[in-house]
Amino acid sequence: MSSTVQPRGTTKIALTAHSWLVYLFFFAPIFVLIVFSFSDDRNVGRWGGFTLEWYQDFVEHSQLQNAVWVSVRVALLSTVISVVLGTLAALALERFKFRGRKVFDALLYLPIIIPDVTMAVMMLLFFAEFFDILESVFGWDAQKGLGSITISHIAFNISFVSVVVRARLAGMSEVLEEAALDLYATRWKTFRYVTFPQIVPGVAGGALLALTLSLDDVVITQFAAGPGATTLPVFVFGLIRRGVTPLINATSVLMLAASVILVALSLAFQQFSGRGGRPSLRAARQAVSAPSTTNTQIKEGINQ
Amino acid sequence: MSDRGDHQVSEQIAAVKLTAITKRFGSVVAVDNVDLEIADGEFFALLGPSGCGKTTTLRMVAGLEFPTEGSLKIFGDEAGTLPPNKRPVNTVFQDYALFPHMTVEANVAFGLKMQRVAKQEIAGRVQEAISLVRLEGLEQRRSQQLSGGQRQRVALARALVNRPKVLLLDEPLGALDLKLRQEMQGELKALQREVGITFVFVTHDQEEALTMADRIGVMNEGELLQVGTPAEIYEHPVNRFVANFIGQTNLLDASVVSNDTVCLANGVHIPGKSDLPVGTRVAVCLRPERAGMHPPEEVPADQQSVVGRLESVTYLGNALVYTVVLGWARLEVRRENQPGGYRPHVGEEVAVSWTLDAISVVRA
Repeated sequence: MSSTVQPRGTTKIALTAHSWLVYLFFFAPIFVLIVFSFSDDRNVGRWGGFTLEWYQDFVEHSQLQNAVWVSVRVALLSTVISVVLGTLAALALERFKFRGRKVFDALLYLPIIIPDVTMAVMMLLFFAEFFDILESVFGWDAQKGLGSITISHIAFNISFVSVVVRARLAGMSEVLEEAALDLYATRWKTFRYVTFPQIVPGVAGGALLALTLSLDDVVITQFAAGPGATTLPVFVFGLIRRGVTPLINATSVLMLAASVILVALSLAFQQFSGRGGRPSLRAARQAVSAPSTTNTQIKEGINQ
Repeated sequence: MSDRGDHQVSEQIAAVKLTAITKRFGSVVAVDNVDLEIADGEFFALLGPSGCGKTTTLRMVAGLEFPTEGSLKIFGDEAGTLPPNKRPVNTVFQDYALFPHMTVEANVAFGLKMQRVAKQEIAGRVQEAISLVRLEGLEQRRSQQLSGGQRQRVALARALVNRPKVLLLDEPLGALDLKLRQEMQGELKALQREVGITFVFVTHDQEEALTMADRIGVMNEGELLQVGTPAEIYEHPVNRFVANFIGQTNLLDASVVSNDTVCLANGVHIPGKSDLPVGTRVAVCLRPERAGMHPPEEVPADQQSVVGRLESVTYLGNALVYTVVLGWARLEVRRENQPGGYRPHVGEEVAVSWTLDAISVVRA
């Protein structure tokens, strides 16, 4: 039954043990976190019997609740805006040739590459300068808060959205758009009825990724947040400095759950929806059309 | 020598008329100063090897590329700079380009929907188009659930439902396997007769062009070399490239001695009509099936011949192909596989012969 590449004997035992160690390394802290969020003892790490007290605390803690809502608002707003801008950027880069395209492409990746701290300091300085200008020109004394956090989140989310959408666009043949134009569709209708339905999985995946990144971000938010508003992760970070209680565990567990759900949705979207339809169908199609597809590809290769 | 295409062109407005069309991509000349008239109702093939500019030419007619220079008219109207959605032409794309997120029905209805045709009319015309290409019962399928041949029919229906004035087909049979391709050749031809629309199709397959087209335009390296009926192109190629590209052929290097004599590369003068200037380097084109073969001393008096040694015999079943080496050239002779007749052995001396009307003199 077993193929020749399957490891055997000691190798197999060592590899299995190693896998389990990796999983232990990954999941033990999470397990501990979850377990002690139910512990009836103020000291984290000491089991004092089961309680839901900390979750109740979380619900009743007004500052925490406030932070949760700031987080949600920032996440939703920055996601919507960055999805629109990121998708437009992806379309421009994938479909059009224009002067400065390479530069734009490189710049778009920058927020993904540069360290968070650098980005955060940049944001801090930017807002300081920007608010100065606002005050001297318009006399508006702007403060850091919800707006500045949202703007900074948009700044990094655009990059992630456009990367995900571009991957999807790259897999979509331009010929489909040409076909739509040939069939009397205007540019807008081509986008509306052909391009967009094709890239929806990418857009949705990008949106969920943006949402997750926004909800998780600490470093950049900390520099962009002001006295007026702070997000949940930043607030938790502040709480820790005042001593760790299982309240933090409970909060972390809830954040973890939210993130896991979003990432899972994001993956599911990219995996299953869109052009292939149901996975079983896609497999069937590939099985049926494999030879003709290959022919076509070869022909394209020759023809170009 | 007269062909129906030319008659039609002179009598009525051409379906497609290209005048001095040039398309450049950067410094690359994809289509070079092409003049072409395609008549209404014609089944026209643009034939040539990969990269010869045939697809670019088709895309210019579709509006997917704009010509760099020249004029492009569709039924008399200047269309060179019109976007594709403003032209009365539709395209069957090479890989069909069916919209994968739509059903067969929605694919076919797309063009009408975009033109804001009334819903009821759309339903009727879509049904009509679907039955025209015999896809009844598959209306709700998606393209992934269709075979290659079925996808091709959907692509045809999706284009024809709009009742275009010209239907453009880019390698329409290229993605199909041989058997299906031959079947679809006949079907496409019948379909064209039925709908009476001008079909312009691009192919690199000379056999496909010969069997399907009313007229063929042969392209190479961006230039349109020859336009004519399949018979004209096969029997009177204008140059070495066309002779070689269309069917099998033997080409013997020669030069023009007078308007009815050429000098073969071995120094022998033979009759060969041409209107090229004396001294022009030419090739004598002798199709393998038009060449005769005899023992060297038994060549009929009315035939020209060259003598060589039989190098090999290829048995094809219905025919035999003999390869004869002359020292300065190599000839293939194709003989129908009939009982009796002359059957030389490999290594023997044989004469390859031809009558004057079997050869054509082409520019080298």
